[in-house]
Amino acid sequence: MNVTRVAAIFRKELKSYFASPLGYAFILFYLLVSNGYFFFLHDFFRVGQASMRGYFVMLPWIFLFFVPAVTMRLWAEERKSGTLEVLLTMPLRETEIVLGKFLASLGFLAITLAFTITVPVSIGWLGRPDWGVIVGSYAGALLLGAAYLAIGLWISSLTESQVVAFIASVAMIFLLLVTGVAPHWLGSVGWFATVGAYLSLFTHFQNILRGGLDSRDVVYYVILVWFFLYLNVKNIEARKWR
Amino acid sequence: MIEVDGLTKRYGKHVAVNDVSFQIRKGEVVGLLGPNGAGKTTTMKMLTCYISATSGRARINGYDTFDQPLKVREQVGYLPESCPLYQDTDVVGYLRFCADVRGLGARERKAAIDRVLSDCALEDVRYKRIGHLSKGYRQRVGLAQALLHNPPVLILDEPTSGLDPNQIRDILRLITSLGQEHTVIHSTHILSEVEATSDRVLIINRGEIVAQGSPRELIARGSGPLVFITVPGVDQATLLQRLAACPFVVSVEAAFAAGPEAGQVPGAARAAVHGVEGGDVAVELFRFAVHQGWTLSELRTETARLEEIFANLTKPGDRILGASRAQEGDKA
Repeated sequence: MNVTRVAAIFRKELKSYFASPLGYAFILFYLLVSNGYFFFLHDFFRVGQASMRGYFVMLPWIFLFFVPAVTMRLWAEERKSGTLEVLLTMPLRETEIVLGKFLASLGFLAITLAFTITVPVSIGWLGRPDWGVIVGSYAGALLLGAAYLAIGLWISSLTESQVVAFIASVAMIFLLLVTGVAPHWLGSVGWFATVGAYLSLFTHFQNILRGGLDSRDVVYYVILVWFFLYLNVKNIEARKWR
Repeated sequence: MIEVDGLTKRYGKHVAVNDVSFQIRKGEVVGLLGPNGAGKTTTMKMLTCYISATSGRARINGYDTFDQPLKVREQVGYLPESCPLYQDTDVVGYLRFCADVRGLGARERKAAIDRVLSDCALEDVRYKRIGHLSKGYRQRVGLAQALLHNPPVLILDEPTSGLDPNQIRDILRLITSLGQEHTVIHSTHILSEVEATSDRVLIINRGEIVAQGSPRELIARGSGPLVFITVPGVDQATLLQRLAACPFVVSVEAAFAAGPEAGQVPGAARAAVHGVEGGDVAVELFRFAVHQGWTLSELRTETARLEEIFANLTKPGDRILGASRAQEGDKA
């Protein structure tokens, strides 16, 4: 693995998010939706608590639609336009490309999240929030986002249609969310609910919101990210199997 | 420089490339010629390690395409068919990205980009978005990308497709000049292009190499020189009979001009003469005519063109050079 090559991919991909108004529109839309939800639907001013909990609780569901839009382009467009062939005939390892693309999408998500700084600033101005919880929740949001991104990136590598990549990613992530919630909705308890909760993207994020960063939850997200990036690398290498 | 040995690619039951072997020396410009779907692109994709061969092996500069793909890709500049490019960046931005991936340092990178911009005549559009460029410019951006790291081997898949005649001429000129420092493989289905640029031609049909050699050699392997002769005041039968008896003539047929514009003279006999290879049939025919006391109103040599040889070699259901020659005899 060569860091300069990963960096080259990372720079190119991150730049291309901002090469068109689409990237900016995306961030704007995200801020409108998440802040609008927090301040108006969640009714932050009436709740009267100096906490961002209401903001982060909705995040898995808001990310569900935002993150696949970040990743859908990354492979599908290369496949469709044929640039994949240029990319894969340059002296690059598949791992380097996958990692570069993943880190670029994570960078874009981090930039988007950075723009939500107005929320904690407002809260800090109005009251005395627990900053440790807020920082921990942001870290959790990045971990959650990273897992979504890894899934979306992998699915994008399976198709040349961005629309298909988007829909399939939403479906896949939704599935991994509801395994933690659905058993309770259905009134199921016992091992089924336990396994479901263990696998779910949702429950681990809730753990982080409740009790701060626990190594178990961090490990879960890291393994998940690694697993889907690994699938991604294998899928790109599959063209050379014989 | 490039050694290909028994290269085969199967897609399920379909054999795209079948047991192809060839060698290309340093500094050669080789044209890969064949009808669409013959296996040119598949061969190139295997050489650039984009896909793997089902069996056989290929080495570029001594590096194996299966075992050392990264090394191979460092040696190769590749322009894929239809020249895919990132649309949302400008020309310099794209080349910078390619240079970064290739590991060029900052100073090296600047020099390399300036060099390819000038070689490919792209200075005017360096800050233009690639998506806004015309096809000709885009093709040259693709070529600039392939040349950026000054690779010893260039693999260009149909570099002239979709260009207008002037652009084609420019690209061909560029390829010819590249041949002085680089080993070039380029594919095309336009014959005049290989004739103009290539030291050697590989003709591929249905995944197999059906002929190879310099354009001149291939032409010579065709039907030999064909000479048209028109003799006024002699009847057709006499002309054919006398000519057939000549030692330098392989075969002779009556050739009736298709119309008045073809220079048919009333009361004249006209014949198409296949001469022996190597001999100058027109000169021999002239001497013979003088000897016979004939006057000539036409004596014209027609060299077989690469087009005909290509058409014969790649005719459906007909692969062997000998067979195609026999058929050509029947046809004439």
